[in-house]
Amino acid sequence: MKCGARKKQQTGHWLNPKIEIMIEITTNWFAACRVEDAVENGGVCVKCGDEQIALFYFTRRNEWYATQNLCPHRQQMALSRGMIGSAGEDPKIACPFHKKTFSLSTGECLSGDECAIQTYPVKVEDGMVYIGFA
Amino acid sequence: MKQKKIVVIGNGMVGYKFCEKITSKSSDFSIIIFGEEPRRAYDRVHLSEYFNGKSADDLSLCKEDWYSEKEITLYLNDPVKEIDRTGKTIHSSKGLTLEYDYLIIATGSAPFVPDIPGIDKEGVFVYRTIEDLDLIKNYALNAKTGAVLGGGLLGLEAAKALIDLNLSETNVIEFAPRLMPRQIDAAGSGMLQNKLSALGLNIYTNKGTSSIEGADRISALKFNDGSELKTDMLVISAGIRPRDELARLSGIEVGTRGGIIVNEYMQTSDPSVFAIGECALFDHNIYGLIAPGYEMAEVAAAKLCNDTKTFKGFDMSTKLKLIGVDVASFGDPFTTEPDARTILFEDSHKGIYKRINISNDGKHLLGGILIGEAEAYNMLLQTVNNKILLPPNPEDLILGSRGGSAATENAGLAGLPDEALICSCEGISKGSICNAVTEQHCESIDAIKSCTKAGTGCGGCIPMVKDLMLHTMKQNGKYVRNVICEHFHLSRQELYDLIKIHNLKGYEQVLDNLGKGDGCEVCKPLVSSLLASLWNDMILKKGNDTAQDSNDRFLANIQKGGTYSVVPRIPGGEITPEKLTIIGQVAEKYGLYTKITGGQRIDMFGAHLSDLPLIWKELIDAGFESGHAYGKALRTVKSCVGSTWCRFGLHDSVSYAIRIEERYRGLRAPHKLKSAVSGCIRECAEAQSKDFGIIATEKGWNLYVCGNGGSKPQHALLLATDVDSDTCIKYIDRFLMFYIRTADPLTRTAPWLNKMEGGMEYLRNVVVNDSLGMAAQWELEMQALVDSYQCEWKTAIEDPEIRKRFNHFVNAPEEKDPSVRFDEMRGQKKAADWTLA
Ligand code: SRM
Ligand SMILES: Cc1cc2nc3c(=O)[nH]c(=O)nc-3n(C[C@H](O)[C@H](O)[C@H](O)COP(=O)(O)OP(=O)(O)OC[C@H]3O[C@@H](n4cnc5c(N)ncnc54)[C@H](O)[C@@H]3O)c2cc1C
Ligand code: SF4
Ligand code: FES
Repeated sequence: MKCGARKKQQTGHWLNPKIEIMIEITTNWFAACRVEDAVENGGVCVKCGDEQIALFYFTRRNEWYATQNLCPHRQQMALSRGMIGSAGEDPKIACPFHKKTFSLSTGECLSGDECAIQTYPVKVEDGMVYIGFA
Repeated sequence: MKQKKIVVIGNGMVGYKFCEKITSKSSDFSIIIFGEEPRRAYDRVHLSEYFNGKSADDLSLCKEDWYSEKEITLYLNDPVKEIDRTGKTIHSSKGLTLEYDYLIIATGSAPFVPDIPGIDKEGVFVYRTIEDLDLIKNYALNAKTGAVLGGGLLGLEAAKALIDLNLSETNVIEFAPRLMPRQIDAAGSGMLQNKLSALGLNIYTNKGTSSIEGADRISALKFNDGSELKTDMLVISAGIRPRDELARLSGIEVGTRGGIIVNEYMQTSDPSVFAIGECALFDHNIYGLIAPGYEMAEVAAAKLCNDTKTFKGFDMSTKLKLIGVDVASFGDPFTTEPDARTILFEDSHKGIYKRINISNDGKHLLGGILIGEAEAYNMLLQTVNNKILLPPNPEDLILGSRGGSAATENAGLAGLPDEALICSCEGISKGSICNAVTEQHCESIDAIKSCTKAGTGCGGCIPMVKDLMLHTMKQNGKYVRNVICEHFHLSRQELYDLIKIHNLKGYEQVLDNLGKGDGCEVCKPLVSSLLASLWNDMILKKGNDTAQDSNDRFLANIQKGGTYSVVPRIPGGEITPEKLTIIGQVAEKYGLYTKITGGQRIDMFGAHLSDLPLIWKELIDAGFESGHAYGKALRTVKSCVGSTWCRFGLHDSVSYAIRIEERYRGLRAPHKLKSAVSGCIRECAEAQSKDFGIIATEKGWNLYVCGNGGSKPQHALLLATDVDSDTCIKYIDRFLMFYIRTADPLTRTAPWLNKMEGGMEYLRNVVVNDSLGMAAQWELEMQALVDSYQCEWKTAIEDPEIRKRFNHFVNAPEEKDPSVRFDEMRGQKKAADWTLA
């Protein structure tokens, strides 16, 4: 099934050494919320204009990830309400509807489907969390 | 330099299997394969799963780069259109001309489409490829009714698919007087027909179709008897025709009714041309199943490597999958006197029909039919194929009762010879599976699959492979463990004990102490449930909230479209007019759909996430509390009206149901728990279908346990007779604590008991006679849980930190999810349908 996959994009987070390259191509940082508003080891949904972005604070690994909130499987605005975890080393998110899982680092679907989700870089400055758009 | 060139025509299941076999046997060949379809080989047997969420990629038989890894040249979307046998070349549609030393024809078959006037109208489909399914799926979006022409194995599968596509009416039309005429007998067909009707399929037998009506697109079918059936779409499943056209054109011998004639090495009349799979005709037979096709691939590959394997025909045993009714036919299902003796079992109440045919001397099983219950299929098939001597009372084979059957089944497994074929698709014997377990340490189904390929074909043998694996592991003295996931190499029971011993209170703490990695959607809810069963803390306590299953995390069930349902507790189903009014008012105010549930309470659907705390605040202020409809916890205790009003009532079943519901409300368990209390044996509360159910007797109560509904309903069994109210509760305390401690994750009480060695006798000993000496402790533990109960919703709305989590947007708390959509129906709202990409 082709499920409305958007173009995959390299993700980054603030501890990632690749971040410098990311910053160069990222022109627009959106102020999403304060660190204490985010949910530890879970997700929140951020409204960016007309878009819904799922923002995950992987406290356990001290990492941040952002992806589209829409689960491509049945087109549900749900990923921020899912459960995060790991498959081997790879951080992942499981959709609450049918538990399809997606890699938080690449957006790839880990449940064998052809659909990927879009991922966005995240940075934290002065207690504020920013999501980057190219 | 490779020596010989093999060209394979057809990249279907069998063509692919041939490539796999030949490359594993030899590297002396260069292989080129042509496929007419646009994609690499996929699992046609499980094609229907494409409608249930599997993607084309999921169905693929191999990874994309498999062909190049094996140095096989693959041409897709390019059917071969001509074979030139004198020049030993083939020509493809896209203009390629290639030489071959050996040619393998694996072109499969095409659906047979009868020549009925109007058959080419829009809305008429066949059911063979992924493209066919895409067409059907799209067309069904604008169709209300559908029909399938043909009531055989494939026709019924297609009919099930139409039901799943949400057509409001699905009809099956069969020309013969009964369904599945090739596999089952008249009595079996009758039973099957009843069961399918109950599933909502309309079945017409004895119907010849004379024309297909409609302007451009189909609108109705006309039959020979003058009757008519309106339908928006039609799927043809009237049999298959081998695709022998290439062979025919090039002068290779074909059968009078189609099929490329092959010998026992799969060679056609031209010895350098082979035919395998559904296009091949062996001994006047076309084999429309995957197992014989794979065997043919093996034989042809062996022949090219100068091995002398031969094809000896194949039995056509089959099990119908998917439709929701078990149907199986094995060995010779039809043989009768004087060649054999027949044992029949028929239960028209439950819709079960079983037939076995045994040899006249009573020693061997020859074949049979199973309708409505086919668990014994694998074992019976083995008994036929391995000519296993029958026990003195062969009727036990189909009457084997619950409790005793596990023992006989394992004895059966042990008794199978090593060469017994377990996976007939891949030709894997019992011996190789046991070997994989013992020597290569395959201790999961996945490991066995990748090591031996057993279970990778139709999948029908997987239950048996699993039993064999566990059996062998036990024999090797291995302690068989059901580990949870990659993060916890422990069983649920071990984890329960360890969390208790180490006094761990939070998910992260458990993971740090007993697990590894960062957790996942399997272990998080499981650990959360254990923590709740052990300590009964508020489940949304900081740190534990995100380890809850989504429904628990938001204390409500998520619905299609992303809204939630609200189910307040209505203990025993008793409610005052004032409270009914409140529910009505709240539902009206927040625009909720209301429905009386099957559990004697009221469900309000369509609540926005951010409305949940507001709704619950109003309900709690009016004296309601959480109904735990979202948790693996006690749901409802149904009641009948009982002695307060009913002229037959022996005791006050409502009061007792309320007492029980209030005692166990909120109790977290491996799976949800349901109960009921009936005031007399007329059983209006259906207590015998519950995890624990109570029925009033003249002298007290009878307690039944381990029943459930769901997809595999099972009646509860009597645990204790004529006990008084307090004793009954004691027994339930012990029973529930025993279950909570020892059941596997997501196992209801019925399957838990089915797996328990010693069955009900053992359970009664533990609960009533306290054979483990645990009773006092369990009663104390239960009392502690009862005393620590709190209404989660009350705690949630009082805690601003928790309340905050019910906003849809973290940065726009006052806004609701704008993507939520509703439709209207009978004056209320309903969730908009899934939008498919
Ligand atoms: C609302 C209700 C249907 C209705 O409109 O009547 C219902 C609705 C759901 N049932 Fe049910 N079941 C409802 C009565 C039943 C019954 C009948 C009964 O309890 O008497 C059964 C069969 C009896 C039994 O459980 O043994 C039943 C067997 C199931 C099962 C199968 C359980 C099994 O052991 O196989 C599931 C799946 C599961 O729990 O894993 C399920 C799961 C569900 C879920 C929770 C599916 C989901 O995750 O979204 C449904 C959503 C509920 C919601 O509120 O959003 N529901 N469900 C009934 C709620 C009763 C209540 O007041 O709490
Ligand atoms: C819905 C469904 C359910 C089924 N369920 C079961 C089941 O439960 N159990 C079971 O045992 N079997 C089942 N079957 C049957 C099973 O799928 C077939 O037996 C099996 O696919 C046969 O394999 P094959 O390679 O011979 O034919 P196919 O898989 O049909 O492959 C033949 C391929 O050759 C291609 N081809 C044809 N002509 C040319 C040409 N000239 N050039 C190039 N390529 C060509 C075709 O396009 C096709 O891709 C089911 C089939 C269907 C459709
Ligand atoms: S039977 Fe239960 S789970 Fe299935 S659709 Fe109905 S309510 Fe949902
Ligand atoms: S909608 Fe996300 S897994 Fe189905």
